[in-house]
Amino acid sequence: MTEAIVEVKGISKTYNNGRGEETHALRDVNLSFPKGELSTLLGPSGCGKTTLLKIIAGLIPRNAGEVLVKGKPVEGPGAERAFVFQDFALLPWADVLRNVAFGLELRGTPRPEREEVARKYIAEVGLKGFEHRYPAQLSGGMRQRVGLARALTVDADIILMDEPFSSVDEQTRRKFQEDLLDLLRHHQKTVIFVTHSIEEAAYLSDQIALLSPRPGRVAKIVRPNVDHSRSPDEIRRDQGYLDTVDEIWGMLRQYV
Amino acid sequence: MKMVLSLIVWAVLWEIAGRLKLSTIVPPFTAVIQAMFEITPTDKFAKAAIITLRSFGLGMLFALVIGIPLGIVMARVKGIGRLLGMWVNIFVSAPISALVPILMAVVGIGETTVVVTVFLFAVFVITLDTQVGITHADRSLVEMGRSFGATRGQLYSKILLWSALPEILAGVRLGAIRGVKGVVIGQLLVAIIGVGELFEVYSNNFLMEEFWALVTIVFLFAFVISEAIAYLERRVEYYAASR
Repeated sequence: MTEAIVEVKGISKTYNNGRGEETHALRDVNLSFPKGELSTLLGPSGCGKTTLLKIIAGLIPRNAGEVLVKGKPVEGPGAERAFVFQDFALLPWADVLRNVAFGLELRGTPRPEREEVARKYIAEVGLKGFEHRYPAQLSGGMRQRVGLARALTVDADIILMDEPFSSVDEQTRRKFQEDLLDLLRHHQKTVIFVTHSIEEAAYLSDQIALLSPRPGRVAKIVRPNVDHSRSPDEIRRDQGYLDTVDEIWGMLRQYV
Repeated sequence: MKMVLSLIVWAVLWEIAGRLKLSTIVPPFTAVIQAMFEITPTDKFAKAAIITLRSFGLGMLFALVIGIPLGIVMARVKGIGRLLGMWVNIFVSAPISALVPILMAVVGIGETTVVVTVFLFAVFVITLDTQVGITHADRSLVEMGRSFGATRGQLYSKILLWSALPEILAGVRLGAIRGVKGVVIGQLLVAIIGVGELFEVYSNNFLMEEFWALVTIVFLFAFVISEAIAYLERRVEYYAASR
């Protein structure tokens, strides 16, 4: 196994509902995410997978434990991590070009420079020609491609994705998953991916962390025996892929 | 089209009522229009209009400069929101006109009183709508900004303000309409300046044509301002709907 680029150690998170009752969203979670791999956080709703991802992103505070990125503890968001949101989180008043360049705009990159970089990634996610459309004029799948391009534009080593395909229809999702694998392999990104779809996890991942609900903790780590260099259709018929799906379902069914 | 038709119907009814001499305070509509053209070129009207516009403009300026930041602070700082929320809510529905005599006692009888009246009429609804807009601003856009390293200033200038723009504009439009009321009421109560003075002169001397002409002009002014802001609101609506 390659070295870990992100490690979480002893992460706990409790939510206070304001009436003195506490909900344990996460309890003593330890995980490491190997460099250049796609790791999935998989589990039923309420297992705290999105909470964990947002703690890694530095968007929400934790109650205990630490997050190490490249061996150094981090507090808050950082330039080495970029987030792709479930609801896309695009600025509705800005066109595709400005949305994609927005991360660089916040960093103060001069306009011609950041738009050049943005145009490159807009083309890579397959949205060439849509630079001056507004989010409301795009389909769900296209909006998420904008979200992905924005995350790639800031050139972070680590891409954090929170159920990026859940608002995208089925056909679009398959195509998108295939494109995503290509793109990420090409750019050698480390990806941490949250999903509740077993098939999606087994198809995309190098490593799957199964989380159990209430309180969320790591139930099992599965490394699917799937050769990602094969074609998508071959993978979907591959015995290793099908075994992984069965294995995960066997684990998860007790929580459903 | 419907609006024009309804205006024509009202104008015709007014004309008939005026011609029948139902009431001494209702002159025929045509006479009012004629009076409008007679009073607008006069020096007296120009002076009154300038004073009135100046009071309105200054009052609105203060209402915007204070109302919008106050609304933002109330939305972002919970303690302040709770502390001031009740007062803003009381004042937004309170009869501000009742305060004008007190204002006269405090700031004197003159233009300042009118400016303060416009300010008080307009500011609370602007504050309230800004607060609502910022409170309901898309959480995930704020999260997105933070994840890409936005500074506090950038969160406001690049995300929160734009996100709240539809509500802020609605507040500004309502504030401006109230501001027109404020300038007229203020001047009427002070009674010695601007359009208020003209109203006094016309009604005391029973110049009903001129009186109604002035009323119509003030109405038109309020209508034009409100429509201009509504036009801006429609321009930002396309994204407001997609939030």
